[in-house]
Amino acid sequence: MPTLDQVIAGRPCRIESVSGPATLVQRLLELGVMAGEDVTVVNKAPLGDPIEIECALTRLSLRKSEAAHVQVTLSD
Amino acid sequence: MITRTLTVALVGNPNTGKSTLFNALTGLRQHVGNYPGVTVEKKSGTARVGEMDLRVIDLPGTYSLAPRSPDEMVSVDLLLGHVKGEGRPDVVISLVDATNLERHLYLTTQLMDLGMPVVLAVNLVDLASKHKLVIDFPQLERKLGIPVVPIQANRGIGLEALKAAVARSAETSPGPEGVPFPEPFRHEVEALGKSLGGEVEPFLLERVLLDIGGYTEKQLAGRFGDALPTRVAEARSRLAATGCPVPAVEAKTRYAWIRQAVAGCVTRPGQRVVTWGDRLDRVFTHKVWGTLIFLVLMFAVFEAIFVFAKPLMDLIDSGRGWLADGLRANMESGPLRSLLSDGVIKGVGAVLVFLPQIMILFAVIAVLEDCGYMARAAFLMDKLMSKCGLNGKSFIPLLSSVACAVPGIMATRVIENRRDRLATILVAPLMSCSARLPLYMLLIGTFLSDPWWLPGLALFGMYMIGFVTAPLVALVLKRTLLRGETPVFVMEMPAFKVPQLRAVLRRTVDAGWAFVYRAGTLILASMVVIWALLYFPSTMSDGRSYDVVTEELREQADKASGEEKEAKDREANELYGEWKRQSALGQVGQSLEPVFRPLGWDWKIGMSALASFPAREVIVGTLGIVYNQGEVDAKEVLERGEAEGEPSAGSRLGKTIQDEWSNDPRMGKYRVPVALSLLVFFALCCQCASTLAVIRRETRSWAWPAFTFAYMTTLAYLGALVTFQVGRWIVG
Repeated sequence: MPTLDQVIAGRPCRIESVSGPATLVQRLLELGVMAGEDVTVVNKAPLGDPIEIECALTRLSLRKSEAAHVQVTLSD
Repeated sequence: MITRTLTVALVGNPNTGKSTLFNALTGLRQHVGNYPGVTVEKKSGTARVGEMDLRVIDLPGTYSLAPRSPDEMVSVDLLLGHVKGEGRPDVVISLVDATNLERHLYLTTQLMDLGMPVVLAVNLVDLASKHKLVIDFPQLERKLGIPVVPIQANRGIGLEALKAAVARSAETSPGPEGVPFPEPFRHEVEALGKSLGGEVEPFLLERVLLDIGGYTEKQLAGRFGDALPTRVAEARSRLAATGCPVPAVEAKTRYAWIRQAVAGCVTRPGQRVVTWGDRLDRVFTHKVWGTLIFLVLMFAVFEAIFVFAKPLMDLIDSGRGWLADGLRANMESGPLRSLLSDGVIKGVGAVLVFLPQIMILFAVIAVLEDCGYMARAAFLMDKLMSKCGLNGKSFIPLLSSVACAVPGIMATRVIENRRDRLATILVAPLMSCSARLPLYMLLIGTFLSDPWWLPGLALFGMYMIGFVTAPLVALVLKRTLLRGETPVFVMEMPAFKVPQLRAVLRRTVDAGWAFVYRAGTLILASMVVIWALLYFPSTMSDGRSYDVVTEELREQADKASGEEKEAKDREANELYGEWKRQSALGQVGQSLEPVFRPLGWDWKIGMSALASFPAREVIVGTLGIVYNQGEVDAKEVLERGEAEGEPSAGSRLGKTIQDEWSNDPRMGKYRVPVALSLLVFFALCCQCASTLAVIRRETRSWAWPAFTFAYMTTLAYLGALVTFQVGRWIVG
């Protein structure tokens, strides 16, 4: 299953699961980044990392290492 | 008439307009203090509603009440009434953003679990209607079970209704029901509560179970012993087995409840409205344009601190000079006059002179943060900064430190993670600040002025020392003293908005005041100590006072002209030099000569370096005194190129130093390595009482300024040692 750090910008996805370190998972869940939500990578920083995502009306900056803990499926 | 005071806590996500609401509610009746033991500022103010006073406490912006550090625990402690000397608030105002209700209500539902009245203030309703969102507030109030008030904090709309709702809810309701968690979870909370003797609030019991590695667990483990973590871990695995895994169960339960409550209250447009903010965001984070805008902005920030602050600093400086001259003219020479003019006035001047830079930087930061650009800057710089163990938010504080570490260190408040913030604070003084420039110019101009390209290269090299050392030290600190798991760098990219002038002014003034108030006394004290060490003993071998005699000579010189004036001036400068060389500090310098010898320094250089520990820019003045040139002003060195015909005090000092060093049998051959070693020492050493005072203030501890002083002095000594020894070897 692809993870969020592998998705190209602008491609809509759906979150399947969020795993990884407890602090990271909790922070993402608090901000509404959770299974079942739609998510899009909006942008990538000039050096390729971090990435900007939009999920549940919120725009967030995530490091790639953090985005790698978010499993997604590509929406049509 | 009896006035009653209600205590109201104001809680909300960052970037929701919380400070705006706080300012609008309390106006100028505000008070900033500290909570014991943490770095969080405690802001409170009063508002009036009818015959009642509302004491509003502004809690730090947060996405959730899941404390991960002592700083975050403060909010929870305050809301539960656990902060000493602070009663439990009567009401909580939960401030949310109308354009993103669901996510903001997450924190609201946590507040509803505290067992106290909660009033929901829905801000930015104007923006919501621009986004074509329609919110049915009465319906939302019924569904949530708490009072709901739509407001526009920036325009002061809805504040009366909000205050009235707060006053009402304090009298009537005992607090809302809260979100029902699944049965197995409630069961575990109850069981854990019983096992702890029923002493702990249900809210904290929930937090202990939900926050893996959270601070509540640490705090309670300190109270109830090591059995607690084991018990909690067992409860968590039982919960996972029954389909309520921690921490996911919380988000799942709360968001499901919120969605159900909001459904039917909020009507969204079918298509998301693309705002000007979205377009701006695209430009500001663009690979090429974003980077370009960033570079231009950073250059502007830097120039603002450097250039705009200068006239103000000069003004403060001449005000200080004017006061000191006035004092000189109206008082008999002696220790008291000297204490006032060279100790106190100089010290106060040394405090005030930082104000322009601090206030300009904070105005810029307030604008950048208020409009939402700060997060974009951190986004662009994060990769680069993460290479040295910091994060994107460390960039602006470090850049500002090139002008002056004091505002730079104060600017680290934007960094949430404690270890990242500390690492940034500890390396900020390594950046070459503007106070180092006079010495750089003096020595480079004197010893490294030939060929034409050398001075520029040397100056560039001095700055590079800071740019290279600071990240390396940060990396070492993050691997040793400040080791720990990589902090989460999930950062909200807030929507762009027009910054509010009032909020910007307020932060600017607050920053300036905080510096004068908290760091000022320490800076002043250190200036007075150095004054005393340079003044005493002041008795000449014939029993007369150095102070009185030099003053007489100067007066005679003022009256005389031509050769006689020069002779008197020289005599005064020589006597002045003799006085300072035999002063307590001079004697310390002489006795420490063996320590300075490996660096290539004689005791005169050593003494000047010692005298510069409270403020490095005085080195030029002290060198002037020690080399019998009178007290040379640092500014004269920077402007030496501009003087025509007559040699300026700066170039005279440079020439004297060159002659003295050349004629010294030990230093003569190695005068360039000596100059380099002194330059490197000043680049790396923490010779700035203000920086240390600010570190003390920002970390609320003496340990960190002590550590900064120790490591930087060591680094400076070693750096100067290597420079001189290598230089000597090259010269042969």
